[in-house]
Amino acid sequence: MVLVGLQMLHPDEPNALSHVNIVGTPVPRKEGLDKVTGRARYVDDISLRGMLYGATVRSTIPRGRIRRISFAPGVDWTEYVIVTAKDIPGRNCIALILDDQPCLADGIVNHPEEPILLLAHPDRHQLSGAIEAVEIAYDPLPAVLAFEESERQTEVIWGTDNIFKTLLVEKGSLDGIWEQAAHIVEGEYSTGAQEQLYIENNGMIADFDDQAGVTVWGSLQCPYYVHKALMALFALPEDKVRVVQMETGGAFGGKEEYPSMIAAHAALLAMKAKQPVKIVYDRLEDMAATTKRHPSRTRHRTAVDATGRILGGEIDITMDGGAYATLSSVVLSRGTIHAGGPYYWPNVTIRSKAVATNAPPHGAFRGFGAPQTLFAMERHIERIAEVVGISPVEIRKRNFLKPGMTTTTDQVIRENIDLERLLDQALELSQYQDKKRRFLEQNQRSAVKKGLGISAFLHGAGFTGSGERYLSSLVGVEALADGTVRVLVSSAEFGQGTNTVLCQIAAETLNVPYDWITIAQPDTSVVPNSGPTVASRTAMIVGNLVRAAAMGLVRTLEASCDLAKNFTHDEFRQSCRQHIEKHGQLKSLSRYEAPPGVFWDDQKYRGEAYAAFAWAVYVAEVSVDLTTYSVTVDDFVALQEIGKVLHPRLAEGQIAGGVAQAIGFALYEKVVWQNGRMQNHQMTNYIMPTSADLPPIRVFFKELGNLHGAYGAKGIGELPMDGPAPAIVNAIQDALGVPFNSIPLLPEDIYHALSIHSPTAAVEG
Amino acid sequence: MASIPDIGKQVIELTVNGSRRSVFVHPMERLLDVLRHELGLTGAKEGCGEGECGSCSVLLDGQLVNSCLVPIAQANGSNLLTIEGLTGDERLHPLQQSFLSCNGAQCGICTPGMILAAVHLLDKHPEPTLDEIREGLSGNLCRCTGYSQIFEAIRQAVSPDATR
Amino acid sequence: MRADPGHYELVSPRNLQLVLALMDREPSRWTPIAGGTDLMVLYAAGKLPARKLVSIWNLPELRRIEVSREELRIGAGCTYTDLRDNKIIASEFPLLASAAAWTGGIANQNRGTLGGNIVNASPAADSLPALLVYEAILTLVAARGEREVPYGRFHQAYKTHALRPDELIRTIRLPRRFSGYVCFARKVGARRAQAIAKVCVAALGKVEHGRIIDARIALGSVAPVPLRLRETEHALIGKNPGRELAGLAADTVARQIQPIDDIRSTLRYRTAVAANLVAQFVEALSSQAGRE
Repeated sequence: MVLVGLQMLHPDEPNALSHVNIVGTPVPRKEGLDKVTGRARYVDDISLRGMLYGATVRSTIPRGRIRRISFAPGVDWTEYVIVTAKDIPGRNCIALILDDQPCLADGIVNHPEEPILLLAHPDRHQLSGAIEAVEIAYDPLPAVLAFEESERQTEVIWGTDNIFKTLLVEKGSLDGIWEQAAHIVEGEYSTGAQEQLYIENNGMIADFDDQAGVTVWGSLQCPYYVHKALMALFALPEDKVRVVQMETGGAFGGKEEYPSMIAAHAALLAMKAKQPVKIVYDRLEDMAATTKRHPSRTRHRTAVDATGRILGGEIDITMDGGAYATLSSVVLSRGTIHAGGPYYWPNVTIRSKAVATNAPPHGAFRGFGAPQTLFAMERHIERIAEVVGISPVEIRKRNFLKPGMTTTTDQVIRENIDLERLLDQALELSQYQDKKRRFLEQNQRSAVKKGLGISAFLHGAGFTGSGERYLSSLVGVEALADGTVRVLVSSAEFGQGTNTVLCQIAAETLNVPYDWITIAQPDTSVVPNSGPTVASRTAMIVGNLVRAAAMGLVRTLEASCDLAKNFTHDEFRQSCRQHIEKHGQLKSLSRYEAPPGVFWDDQKYRGEAYAAFAWAVYVAEVSVDLTTYSVTVDDFVALQEIGKVLHPRLAEGQIAGGVAQAIGFALYEKVVWQNGRMQNHQMTNYIMPTSADLPPIRVFFKELGNLHGAYGAKGIGELPMDGPAPAIVNAIQDALGVPFNSIPLLPEDIYHALSIHSPTAAVEG
Repeated sequence: MASIPDIGKQVIELTVNGSRRSVFVHPMERLLDVLRHELGLTGAKEGCGEGECGSCSVLLDGQLVNSCLVPIAQANGSNLLTIEGLTGDERLHPLQQSFLSCNGAQCGICTPGMILAAVHLLDKHPEPTLDEIREGLSGNLCRCTGYSQIFEAIRQAVSPDATR
Repeated sequence: MRADPGHYELVSPRNLQLVLALMDREPSRWTPIAGGTDLMVLYAAGKLPARKLVSIWNLPELRRIEVSREELRIGAGCTYTDLRDNKIIASEFPLLASAAAWTGGIANQNRGTLGGNIVNASPAADSLPALLVYEAILTLVAARGEREVPYGRFHQAYKTHALRPDELIRTIRLPRRFSGYVCFARKVGARRAQAIAKVCVAALGKVEHGRIIDARIALGSVAPVPLRLRETEHALIGKNPGRELAGLAADTVARQIQPIDDIRSTLRYRTAVAANLVAQFVEALSSQAGRE
């Protein structure tokens, strides 16, 4: 490969063209036709010749030593390939951050469902019987099942103190704040675990060859994460590991780090079997064994002046990370940075920690810590309003960040965001004032109480602080002799529209038809590492690199073939052919460069945390039926400023889908834990909303542009997860006059609270 | 490769997407597995194996069913329509067209079942109300879209000329 | 999928007589499977111990609905969709029509059968409270003959039923005498579709000259079997429906039911909601009384 036209993005180059033809229009989804015809190939749709099926024998206890493993008679074990920790050629770990999570338990288990050994067999029907026939005897150890217990450290299950990570943010000073305050408002807010519930379960196919090394194909978000993990596990160099992403049926973070585990398992079996191996989980296994959203508890203590303005405060956050560190430090980071919401805190101390419990490790899920702490903030601001005696609208207006002000980490807001106006618009769109009056009247005569709730929030796109610099993403754009252009990125499509948006950007930049652009299947032997498909970074950061690489392509052609400034499509095609005839290849790469003047201090946790924030105000309208204590969301307005709408349908779809998941987070999705294990691990008893449960979700956009994003775009994938839950709980409080500070909030919880707060309301028909 | 015992297998006759097919399988093979493994029709997906998610839905004798819950012997002699049968001669069904233009398919895993559920819905209610649409799709879970754009896709298939 | 299809037999005799003959020859060895919406879930989870299955899906003798002047005879093999499509059920037995509409989603309604719902005997089953208040009579059939059992005596304990090893339910008979009644049906689940009931109620009432002359109330998911609230019914007969009576009726509910805490809900919630729904039923009667 010849490195041609490495293009750096200069921050002073115009980033949002005033006339765009392809970006911003609803072009067809690149892989849409395959999806609506059933031709799209997900990992379980593929078989390789000689392929065996693999399965995992897992711990049934939360913590203990493995005393003995025996294989019951009645099964012909010679037909099986069996893999244990001893078969691992390299390091027995799933390399990620702290590398503390074993690939296979070796003598000790730290959570239910922890993988202990692997089986493969040609007949997939035999496997579940074989798993039952592996008998494991344990010497149980005391398990820590709640994060509060972990905090007490009466039993240490990880490291020296059960703490994966602590963070401290200090801005200004809290000295004298409490004395100055007209009010001191305290509150404690909790969120539960949530299952990502992608409709396609985790799956991988692996092949092992002594020469070529390991190849895996699977359902995943981050090819290079899997690549790195397999290198460490097999002690292989980078060119002996190949990771290919298949069509992926939903991910939402649930396939950010977990796929490395299942890929490792399939690859180990393939290595030992000398045949390809497929492992696909069924729903029962996927729900019980894989990652969930970190449960959290956030405590606020805030000093407020007489008018409701925040003088300062303390925010204490604890997140439950499960048994191993995995991504907890980063989830904690994002949660910590977002904990202050879209408000101005002149002084604040934020202390946060992620702790260990003996549950399957918690992991990435859309929002990644921010939905947890923003739930707390948006509930707490309402409590402040109540104490001060002003409205939910007024309290927010008095505290909103404005251009020129600094966030909790001292990041200066440099864009012209007008949150008061955004709030007013959201109120208008939801007919808030009108409905508030009407509901007040209506509620007196009805057993169905209606309420409205607001949430205002922000979401930082891209990796925190120096994260993007550390990722050092590389993107390629390659032209072929017929003028078609291939985008080369490791960014994975899993429904959000990556393929489409990146091709739009390339087409726009090159000024060629959208149909001339293709995007390579993410295959680590073909595409460069453009970073993981997470953190709402793809459109903004990878998109910008695609743009830069495309510009590099044009500059190369200008130099080598005298391509004119306003070239026609034909001229472009001819130049490509000409260049390739002469040089053999036409590829342009672009590597991320951090914008200058952007500083983040990782020690003090201060500075420019994110290149861009998207801003939003959401309004939820609910009905609470006092006969059944059930809550229905009747209307939902989602208004957000996202820089630039790259594709109206895709953007709308992302917001609507995120809102739906967050409604689930608030009202429906409860993980029932029993001895560290998810008890309700079926779709019949882990409840996500159906089409009958959700209102049409009304989505609206504003565009302020973004210096650091392709065509002015900001990341939007996770934003919609942050706002709905507090808006809904605020609405429920509006309807009932009773506060709730913990989600998921089920009818049983509402009944229970009412029977304490207002017993007559609880029994009223 | 170990051979799966043939004892107990029987011949099952099906008409699948207009073609007569014959399979030799155990009577308790799930229709879903017969479609995917014997007939190579991988459009129907296994999302849950318990009849909750609907990603395995197909039309059996014109009725929407969860193919993960149908023992193949009970489908003997039946007429099946899968997503592969909906695309006729490279011309898309109006619902496939509208799912494309309205972004009704994001990750696509629920899409084959969802489109067939929509076909079944429009069969029974050619001009469905929003409530009828919501009810008709209530057995097909979508985690990506929040359903809004799927409702639009169905409305557009019903009245292609109506403006959004 | 945690079961090996090679370990299971499924036979499909072409008519009811042949099915019954098989069950007669080998009683207790063959488990009938209708639409499969219950058994196939167990099967896929590796939890179906029965290895020999006899299909009773789509047998014409079981999948028919007959109407006479006095009664409606619903074949046990009728699916929920069959029930929903039937005009007499819609107009005269709306409690059953509602139950059919809120069972599962459309795909499961196309396969699930009324007989299957009865035999599966889940305390949360959607259609069973309706059968209780309509005082359904089941016709059970075997090779050696048939017999009738009032539905109220069909379940004696949790997940049990009165079928003998060689018997099937052939028909569910509903008397056609509820046209003038006020109907009240409500299912409370975790979501609006595809939900197992936390509490469900089916109730019928008749008001004449401002007094309740008949009241029948059945609840699901609040006891090991679906339950008629006889005490509440007695408390209502002869009374004037109104706010006060609704409150009184609600108070009688708690001592008749035995709800539990389980993976879906809590004892206290179920008790409170059951009482609220009964109160709501009485209020519905009082609206009827108001209209007279």
